[in-house]
Amino acid sequence: MIEPLLTSRMTAHPADSHTIARYEATGGYDALRKALKMKPEEIAAEVKASNLAGRGGAGFPTGVKWGFLAPATPRYLVINADESEPGTFKDRQLLERDPHQLVEGIVIAAYALNTNRAFVYIRGEYPRPARRLHAAIEEARTAGYIGDDILGSGFALEVTIHLGAGAYICGEETALLNSLEGLRGEPRIKPPFPAVAGLYAKPTIVNNVETISNMPWIVTHGGAAYDAIGPEGSRGTRLFSVSGHVERPGNYEIVMGMTWRDLIYDLGGGVRDGKALKCWIPGGASAPWLTPEHVDEPITIQACTRLGTMLGSGGIVVMDETTNVVAAALSLVRFFAHESCGQCTPCREGTSWLERILERILHGRGRMSDLDLLLDVSDNISPGLRWPPAMTTICPLGPSAVSPITSIMANFRDEVVAMIAGEVPAGV
Amino acid sequence: MWTDEQVASRQSPVPSQSASARSGGWALSYWRLETGDWRLMTWSPATVERAEAILALYPNPRSAVMPLLYMAMHEEGRLTDEGMQEVARWTGVSSAQVLAVASFYTMYKQHVGRHLVSVCRSISCHLLDSSAVIDAVADEAGVPAGETAADGSITVESVECIGACGGAPAVQVDYEMVEGMTPDKARALVRWLLDERPETVRSDDLQERFGGARSFDWGPADSAEAVGPFPAYGPYGTVGGSG
Repeated sequence: MIEPLLTSRMTAHPADSHTIARYEATGGYDALRKALKMKPEEIAAEVKASNLAGRGGAGFPTGVKWGFLAPATPRYLVINADESEPGTFKDRQLLERDPHQLVEGIVIAAYALNTNRAFVYIRGEYPRPARRLHAAIEEARTAGYIGDDILGSGFALEVTIHLGAGAYICGEETALLNSLEGLRGEPRIKPPFPAVAGLYAKPTIVNNVETISNMPWIVTHGGAAYDAIGPEGSRGTRLFSVSGHVERPGNYEIVMGMTWRDLIYDLGGGVRDGKALKCWIPGGASAPWLTPEHVDEPITIQACTRLGTMLGSGGIVVMDETTNVVAAALSLVRFFAHESCGQCTPCREGTSWLERILERILHGRGRMSDLDLLLDVSDNISPGLRWPPAMTTICPLGPSAVSPITSIMANFRDEVVAMIAGEVPAGV
Repeated sequence: MWTDEQVASRQSPVPSQSASARSGGWALSYWRLETGDWRLMTWSPATVERAEAILALYPNPRSAVMPLLYMAMHEEGRLTDEGMQEVARWTGVSSAQVLAVASFYTMYKQHVGRHLVSVCRSISCHLLDSSAVIDAVADEAGVPAGETAADGSITVESVECIGACGGAPAVQVDYEMVEGMTPDKARALVRWLLDERPETVRSDDLQERFGGARSFDWGPADSAEAVGPFPAYGPYGTVGGSG
């Protein structure tokens, strides 16, 4: 087991890991000093060589994304700290416990991308993380790591925190950019991609908090060293948020490739109260569920793709044998119905239909025809009901609402039928 | 201080409908109401100063719509039509465009009590019986979820994921987090809010008084002086920010 890349400092120094004094005392900002002596394109080459994949949900290779950045100026770096995917709370810990790691990553990334303006979009419901990051930015500015002439290099950078106001959809990068421009958080049609026409229609890179927090390590140790960690296609360590019916919920930084059994049973302490595992969500509310037959599968992007699901945002939600899967699916579908921005008809109408059908089944008013109706509505949102989903919508929110439906229909259809038939008591 | 030209440039895109001036640090604007009357709008000097600083943060003034909506809420305790018109005046967009933004996001509220208690209902909290916490909060506060007490003391709502899944079920008070709730702890929390009427609340204090298991080790508490970035969290929560 290698030393965790992102969480060692907060583990070793719980009392002050968020301060600049502790950060500098543990090698902090040395990577920035090294980076400023490199050429920007050399840093981008290291990031590309690292094969780091984005940690926000889509899992797109960060170095490749950077390579799409159009040459026009001004250009922007935007950090996505709108962590809102149910089951996910890892960025909150990185923001609260090691904000300087993120700040250093931002300065390195901005230098590599040749931009002088960075924005951090933090969800409005995260005041404590926002306070911590705000304090870190001010400390960094005082110390000369942010400002007009960073460490005498001539490189200038200004970092601005922008608070969201309660909209999951702003985690989608083009919706985030609209929100940052003072508009409704509605996703944009792509192309053009943000790297070509993003914030204020200028070239923009949007990266997740955890993704950028890896930058100091990659610059210090090199892209090849990062690429040597974990299996091919799923390089590096990754923070997983484990919650639900487990004994020890929490964030776990692991090398990808370990099995679900290791994560849920060894690290997470197993299913609470000695109950049996019924199923789990492997990558946030949007991901199709896995079942006990998959516990010895490796935690990799490829294995998840093969099983028709994804690691997504890294939010793992464990459900024990007592779980009412219709109620669980309703909770998930209701989330997406509530968070649909309303632009696309299949999502706006379809998610609400799914919510209402599940609700009537749960409350003892279901009909056998609802079984087909659930799948029919789902098929209209995400034709073919396959994974990765086909889309009739601008963004993947609508298809995400289909994941719980296909999951219960594929794995627990008997339970849904029994509830409709009145063989099990209705109600949550 | 602004020059007269700068003041003029801040006027509404519909100049015949408004006028504004500045004296002694107060931004004064007059708005023609639908009734035909003029109404004097004022933002306090502190708010005006922060609004100016917020505008300076962005390449495009429209980006200030969201932070200024928080300021407007802070100023009046809730979001009003006049507050949205003020935001429109500052940012140079129409008040309809400001309303379009304000109505999209759940945290901009036209009706809210002195304290806002938000109980998470998303999957991890749901699995650990958040519905019992919602019921306890609503019962103790005497109002159902989604409503505000008649005396304006408290608003109760059930909300989607607040990022505290490892400490489920979780609650926020004026957006400040408390993890590891139980129905009994939630009742005590509501009782405390109604009896003590704290000026501001902070996560660390709430967690210590009423919380349980956390998503992760929070580390040391925020110092009392810790401030957030722009904007404030209003109306009565952790209002704070720095220039």
